[in-house]
Amino acid sequence: MSPVALSLLVGAGATALGLGPAAVCAWVLARRQFRGKSLLSAVVMAPLVLPPVVTGLLLLRVFGRATPVGSAMAALGLPVPFSPLGAVLAAAVVGFPLFVMTLRSAFEAVDPRYEELSLSLGVPPRETFRRITLPLALPGLAAGLVLAFARGLGEFGATVVLAGNIEGRTRTLALAVYALLDSPTGEAPARQLVLASLALSFGALAAFEALNRWHRRRLGQEDDVRR
Amino acid sequence: MFAVDVTVPLPPGPLRLQLRSDARVVGVAGASGAGKTTLLRVLAGLDRRAAGSVSALGEVWQAPGRFVEPWARGVGWVPQEALVFPHLSVAENLHYGGGEPGPLVELLGLGELLARRTRNLSGGERQRVALGRAMGRAPRLLLLDEPFSALDRALRERVRAGVAAWCAERALPVVLVSHDEGDLTAFGAEMWRLEGGGLERG
Repeated sequence: MSPVALSLLVGAGATALGLGPAAVCAWVLARRQFRGKSLLSAVVMAPLVLPPVVTGLLLLRVFGRATPVGSAMAALGLPVPFSPLGAVLAAAVVGFPLFVMTLRSAFEAVDPRYEELSLSLGVPPRETFRRITLPLALPGLAAGLVLAFARGLGEFGATVVLAGNIEGRTRTLALAVYALLDSPTGEAPARQLVLASLALSFGALAAFEALNRWHRRRLGQEDDVRR
Repeated sequence: MFAVDVTVPLPPGPLRLQLRSDARVVGVAGASGAGKTTLLRVLAGLDRRAAGSVSALGEVWQAPGRFVEPWARGVGWVPQEALVFPHLSVAENLHYGGGEPGPLVELLGLGELLARRTRNLSGGERQRVALGRAMGRAPRLLLLDEPFSALDRALRERVRAGVAAWCAERALPVVLVSHDEGDLTAFGAEMWRLEGGGLERG
């Protein structure tokens, strides 16, 4: 598989893998007060400050072939190290803090008084979440999704440690550019990949901005100068 | 009708709210920030920090070891900011929670608002939608927080007279928070004042 296609796949896989846990963490951090909240926040944010190479090594400690988790995954036919799944996992873990942060701010942007109002109108919490919180947070959540995807596209450090740099299997965009730097004939193909990377990244950022604008509009927070 | 005795830990210091009344309509006036909005939130079951007891309509809503959830209290709460769900149409807002605006459309002049975008509503229009939404689901207790403050004078008098009569016809209990003497007299409310020290008759 070409590095660009593989990167798109890894970005999408990492986003899909991270979505559930990130949404739960984000909602809990945005709306709940409990003991150990700062601890949870610190654990969630850890991959942001750890060198990605170290995160990769820690993941290898958990998912390596000789570990209980790693051998169980291999027995299921899902070996993690040096596989595309490893690249997805590395991208998901390294991108997790950013994912949680954007989803959290999407939830926090929803005025909790709308939820209280819904409760007072006889609508229980679960249904209030579905009919009020989720639709009001939706554009912000979609923006977070796009950003997590874009972050996953370019993961390097943890990927190279956990998934290696196997052409056609785990050599994503960033790894391919790095490999081409060492090759005497690599300048032209590297330039192409860099351009592809720039296009994908700025495309994702543009989508992120558009979704955020939609979110503010939906919440009635836009400052419309024409009015 | 109402028996409230709660302490709410607020930033400047704990706020003690004590109110005991058999009147159908209780009116609460007092300085801004004294805790009038908090009193309504306690009655709606929305302030989890409040410790103590709350009884209304002959039921115990809050006591040590007991808490009736806000969605089970059957109150109609009109918050001070007259929040209108921004992602729903005016009609959807009015029906939210199973409400049926029916005669309230006429009473509150909502007809002209039904086709409008919620985000283009003025403050006074929001208040009328919030009133219609709270009243439309036939609440057992109406909690009104400055519900007419953004209406202009003529409309204000007409709407509050209409709402007061609507509640009287149904013998519907009301707690009305307002700065405006006229609001409180229109409802024939038993007057309470909330100042720094707490709630007092008067």
